Amino acid sequence: MSVPAATDTPDRTLALVPDSVRTRRTAVAFDAGVLLRITRMAMAHPWRMGLGFAATLFAAAAQLVIPQLIGEAVDHAQSLLSAAADEAGAREALVRAATLILVTSVLRGLFTMMQNYQGEAVGQLIGYHLRLALYAKLQSLSFSYHDRVHTGDLMTRGILDVEGVKLWVSTGLFRAMLLVILVGGGAWLLMSIDWVLGCVALSFVPFVAVGASLARLRLRHLWYALQEELAVLTRVMEENLGGIRVVRAFVSQAFEIARFDVISRRALAIAHRRIDVFVKSTTTMTFAYFISMGLVLWVGGEKVMAGELTIGELAAFLAFMAILQMPVRQIAWTVNAIARTSTCGGRLFEILDLEAEIRDRPGARDLEVRDGVMRFENVSFRYRKEGKGPPVLRDVSFEVHPGRVTGIVGPPGSGKSTIAHLIPRYYDVDSGSVTIDGQDVRDVTLASLRRRVSVVQQDPFLFTAAIDNNVNYGDPWAERSAVRRATEAAQLNKYVEQLPEGYETLVGERGVSLSGGQRQRLAIARSVLPDSSVIVFDDSTAAVDAATERQIHEALADVTRDRAIIIIAHRLSSVMYADEILFLEEGRIVERGAHDVLVALGGRYAALYALQTRMSEGVPEAAESGGT
Amino acid sequence: MKAVAPAPTAAPLRPPRAVVGSQVSYEEEMFGAAFDGRVVRRFWAFVSPYRRRVYIGMAAVLVFTLTQVAVPLVLRYAIDDALVAGEAGLAVLRLSVLAFFVVVTLNYASNFVQERVVGRISGSLLFDLRRAMYRHLQHVSLSFMDKTEVGRLMSRLQGDVNALQEFLETSIFAIGDFVLLIGIISVLLALDFELGLFTLSVVPVLLLVRIVWLPHAKRAFLRAREASSVVNGALAESVHGVRTIQEMGRESVNFALFEEKANDNLRAHLRASKFSNVMIPIVDTLTGIAMAVVIVIGGGMVLGQELELGVMVAFIFYVQRFFDPIRSLTIQYSIMQRAMAAGQRIFEVLDVPVEVRDRPDAIALPREARAIELDDVTFGYVPGSPVLRNVSLRVEPGETVALVGPTGSGKTSITALVHRFYDVWSGAVRIGGHDVRDVRQDDLGAHVAMVLQEPFLFTGTVYDNIRYNKADATRARVEAAARAVGAHDFIGRLPEGYDTVLDQRGSNLSLGQRQLLSFARALVADAPILVLDEATANVDSYTERQIQRALARLLEGRTAIVIAHRLATIRGADRILVLRDGELVEQGTHDDLLTLDGLYARLYRLNHASFDDLAAEEGGGAPAS
Repeated sequence: MSVPAATDTPDRTLALVPDSVRTRRTAVAFDAGVLLRITRMAMAHPWRMGLGFAATLFAAAAQLVIPQLIGEAVDHAQSLLSAAADEAGAREALVRAATLILVTSVLRGLFTMMQNYQGEAVGQLIGYHLRLALYAKLQSLSFSYHDRVHTGDLMTRGILDVEGVKLWVSTGLFRAMLLVILVGGGAWLLMSIDWVLGCVALSFVPFVAVGASLARLRLRHLWYALQEELAVLTRVMEENLGGIRVVRAFVSQAFEIARFDVISRRALAIAHRRIDVFVKSTTTMTFAYFISMGLVLWVGGEKVMAGELTIGELAAFLAFMAILQMPVRQIAWTVNAIARTSTCGGRLFEILDLEAEIRDRPGARDLEVRDGVMRFENVSFRYRKEGKGPPVLRDVSFEVHPGRVTGIVGPPGSGKSTIAHLIPRYYDVDSGSVTIDGQDVRDVTLASLRRRVSVVQQDPFLFTAAIDNNVNYGDPWAERSAVRRATEAAQLNKYVEQLPEGYETLVGERGVSLSGGQRQRLAIARSVLPDSSVIVFDDSTAAVDAATERQIHEALADVTRDRAIIIIAHRLSSVMYADEILFLEEGRIVERGAHDVLVALGGRYAALYALQTRMSEGVPEAAESGGT
Repeated sequence: MKAVAPAPTAAPLRPPRAVVGSQVSYEEEMFGAAFDGRVVRRFWAFVSPYRRRVYIGMAAVLVFTLTQVAVPLVLRYAIDDALVAGEAGLAVLRLSVLAFFVVVTLNYASNFVQERVVGRISGSLLFDLRRAMYRHLQHVSLSFMDKTEVGRLMSRLQGDVNALQEFLETSIFAIGDFVLLIGIISVLLALDFELGLFTLSVVPVLLLVRIVWLPHAKRAFLRAREASSVVNGALAESVHGVRTIQEMGRESVNFALFEEKANDNLRAHLRASKFSNVMIPIVDTLTGIAMAVVIVIGGGMVLGQELELGVMVAFIFYVQRFFDPIRSLTIQYSIMQRAMAAGQRIFEVLDVPVEVRDRPDAIALPREARAIELDDVTFGYVPGSPVLRNVSLRVEPGETVALVGPTGSGKTSITALVHRFYDVWSGAVRIGGHDVRDVRQDDLGAHVAMVLQEPFLFTGTVYDNIRYNKADATRARVEAAARAVGAHDFIGRLPEGYDTVLDQRGSNLSLGQRQLLSFARALVADAPILVLDEATANVDSYTERQIQRALARLLEGRTAIVIAHRLATIRGADRILVLRDGELVEQGTHDDLLTLDGLYARLYRLNHASFDDLAAEEGGGAPAS
C-alpha cells in the first residue's frame, strides 16, 4: 500500500513522540437515558434509598432551622440589655434556644450521616453489580471483540467508569436534593423576613452556581487531557525500563530523556492550566460570597438603624449565609458528578449491552462425543468480514480421528492457526462447517464444546497463581495426582519438583519466572489435564528444544492415546511422525499425506524439508523455493 | 440490573482449587513516622529552585488566614459599635462595611496567590522528582535493573510520586490551618477569656475522639484500598487472559471467585464509609454544645454587662469555623506519614549507585579502532562467583566470531562487557587498543551496535522504530536499511507502510518481522563493530532464511561477535569460540573443532538444528545473565 516517498533530508524531529493530546471540547453529554438507568439500579435498594431521601429532607430542615434559632437567641440576649426586659423570661428563652440549637445540631449530624452513608452504600452496591456484570460480559465477549478493543481501554472502564457511576447517588441525587431544599427553603425564609435583604443575601448563589459549574466542566476536559498525556508518559517510562538493554545498547539515554521531557512538559503545562482554572474559579466564588455578605451587613445594618430589622434577624441572615457557603460550592460538584456519571455510565452500558457474537444458539444441546471424529468441510473464513483481500481459509476439508496425529505445516500467514481457532469456535466459519461426530460446533453449547477441545497456544497466558492452579485451570476440581500426571506428560515435573515449594510455587511477577520453553510445557500440561477429545498444539513446542519435544511427544502418546491430536508447527521434526500431514498455502490445503509420501512427491513439503535440512548444513543462500 | 452469572455446570460439592487475580494487593503502605528529617532535607533540595515562590506562597497563606480570622471581628465591631449604639453609629457602620470590603478583597487576593503558587509548585515538583528518578534509572547499573521488576519501579515513579502530590498540595494549607486554629483560639480568649475557655472546652473532647477514631479508621481505609486493588487486579487478569479463560471454559468458576472478591471489596468500602461518616454527628454535636454554651453563658454575661452582644455573635461565627482546621490537621497527619514513606522510597531509587561512569579524561574512540580484545578478563554479577574466568580473546578487524556454549557459560557476559554494560573485575576489554573504561560511553555506544536476542520495539511507527535515536537518519536511509535486511516488502504491506503504528511492543508483527526491524535499526546505527545475540529457534523456516540473509548483510565489513545458536550462523563465522563455565575451552573453524573432537564436536553431534538444546543437560541452573 502507501509507502511514503523516501526523502534525503534528515528528520530532526524526535522519534517515538506521539502528537500531543488535543483538549477535547466535546459537549458534555447529559444523557438522561443513562441517568435513568442508573437511578433504576439505585431503586433496586428501596429501603436504603428511602432512608437516604428521608434523611436528606430532615438534614436540610435542621440546617435551615439553626440560623433562625441563632437569630432568636441573639434577639433574646439583646432584650436582656434593655432595662424593661423580663429578665427571667429572657433567660429562660435563652436556655430554650440553646437547647433547641443543640438538639437540632445533633439531629442535623445524625441525618447528614445517614444521608451520606446510605448514598455511598447504594453507590457501592451499584458499583458492585456493575462490576460483576462487566466481568461476566467481558468473559463472554467473543475473540473478535477482544481482538478489536485495547485491554487498557477495558481496564479504564472497569476501574474509572465504575467509580464515576458510584458517585451518582451520594454526590448527584441526594446532594442535588439537599441543595434545592436548602437554597429554596432558605430563600423563602429570608425573603419572608425581609425580601430586599433576602435578595442581597442570595445574590451570590446563581453566580457561584453557574460559574463553578462551567469551571468544573472545563476542568473535566483538562483532566481527561492530562490523563491521556500521563498515560503516554507511563507507556514511555514502562517501555524504557522494559527495554533498558536496547536503551543502553544504543546509548540513547539522552534521547530517551529528551523524549520523556517533551511529553512530561506537555503534561505539566496541562496540569498548570488546570490549576489556573481551578484557582480562578474557587477564589472568585469565595469572593462573590463575601461581597454579598458585606452587602448584607451594609444594607441590613442601615435597616437595623432605621428600626426595620432586629439585630437578631441580621445575625440570622449572616449565620444562614455561613451555612450556605459550602453547599453552594457543591453545586459544581453535583453538576460534575452528573456529567461524569452520564459519560461513565454511557461507556459501561455500551459494553454491557453488547451481545457476544459467538454464543449458544437457542436450544443448543451439549456436545455428545461418540467416536470423536472431527471434520472440516469446505471451510472458508476471513477475520475481517468487511475486508477485501483473499480469505484466510478457502475450502478446507479434512478429518481427524482419535488416536491419530495430524500435522499442519505451511508458510506464515497460510492459515494454520486459524484452523486451531475454528475448532473450539473462537470464530464462526463463513461457509462450510466444522463438526464433531456429525454435530456442527455452532449447534452445541460452547461450554460443552470447549470442554472437549483443547488448544495449546504458542505464547500461553499464565496466571499469577501457583503452578498447581495453573495446571488445573481447565478443571479446578482435578485430583492432585492428575495434575502431577499432566505435568509429567509435559516433561515439566522434574523442574517443578525441585522447586522448594513444588506445585505451590507462584508463577509470574512475584514467583518464579519461567523460560519460554517452560511456559509452553506448562501450557501443554494445562491442556492435557481435562478430558478433551481433540487437542490442538498450535506451534506450542517452538521454544522447547528438539530433544525435549521428542520426550514430550512420547510421554503424551500415553495420555492422548484415545484423543485426536493436531500439531501445527514450522519445525518439521515436530510433525514428521504424524499419521497425516496437511500442507497449507494461502488458505488452501495444497498437499496431504504422510511424511514419506510427501517427500517422495517432491512438492512444497519436500522443498521445505530440503530447506530445513540444508539449513542445518549451513547453506542458507541455496534455498529459493516457497517464500512469503 | 442483575449481574448474569453463568450457572456453574454440575459443580462438585468440594470447592475448586482455583484463584483469580493476585492474592496480595500491590499497595505498599507503610505507616512510619510522620516526620523524617532526612527525607525532608533531601526533599528541600528539590524545592529550593522554587524557594522564592514558596516564600511568597507562605506569606499569602498567612495573610489569608488573618483575613479569615478578621471577618467575624469586623462583624462584631459593626454590631457593638454601630448597631447597638443607635443613630450615632451610622458612620461607624459604613466604616466597618468599608473595612469588611477591604478585608475580603485581601482575602481574595491572598487566596488566589496561595492556591496558584502552591498548585503550580507542587505540579512542577512532581515532574522534577519523576524526571530525576527516570534520569537516574537511565544510568544505574544494569545488574540493578536486571533484578528489579519494571512494575516495582513504575510504582515508585507513579504511586509514590502521586502520594507526594497529595502531601504537597495540602502541606502549605496545613500551615494555614494551624495558624487559623491558633488565631481563632487567641481571638476567642482575647475577646472574652472566660467565655473563650468555656467554648474551647469542647476541643479536647474532639481531639480525644479523633485520637481513638484515627487508627481504626485508617485501618478501614487501608483495607478498602487494598480490596479495590485486589478486585481490579482480578479484573485485569480476566481482560488479559480472556482467551485462555474461554479456551479452558473457566468463566463460571472465575465468576464465582470474582464475586467473592467483589463482595469483600463491597464490605470493606461500606465499613470505611461508616468510619468516615460517623465523625459527622460527633462534630455537629460538639458544635451544638459550643453554641449552646455561648448562648446560655454568653447571654447571661450580656445581662451582667460583662459581654457585648457583638462579641457573642462573633463567638457564634468562630464556633462554626474552628472544627475545620482540627479536622484537616488530623487528615494531614496521615498524609504526612504516607508522604514520608513515599519520599523514602523515591530517595532509595535516587540512591542506587551508578557503577559505570565516564572518567573525567575519557577519550573519543577513533573510527578506525575496530579490533576487540579481552585480556585476562574475570567478571561476575555476584561477588565471589565469577561468570568469566581469565578469558583472553581477540577479534581482528572485519572478522566475525561465533560464541558457542551451553547456557550459563558466559556468552552474554562477554558481549555485555564489550559494550561496557558492566566493568570487569580484573583484566581489560579493549577496542582498537583502547581500554573501554577510558572511552566516553556515548562514543563507545556509537561504535558498537548491539542486537539483542529478544527484539524490543517501542510503541510508535515502524519508521521511528528503525531510526530510533538517530536524529540525522534520512527517510531514504531508513528505507535502504529496511531493504537491505529484507524488511521493506512486509513493511510495504502494512496498512500505513512505514507510518504504521506498532502497538504493545509490536504485537501486530510476527517475531521474525520484529527481528528484521531490530536488524534494520542496527544497520541505521551504522557502527563499525557489531555485537549480536542470535534469537533462539522460534521462527519458521521461511523467516529463518530471510534472517540469515539479513544477518549476512549486517555482518558485511564489520567486526562482529555473534552469540550463535544456529549451525548456519556458526559455520558462516570466521572463527568459533567455545565457552564452558566461564572459560574459553576451544577455538577454531568448524572443521578444526570437529577434528579436535572436544565439546564442540559433541554439541554438534547431539543435535542438528539448534545449539541450545544442551542447555538443560550441560549448563544446569538458571542463566547467569
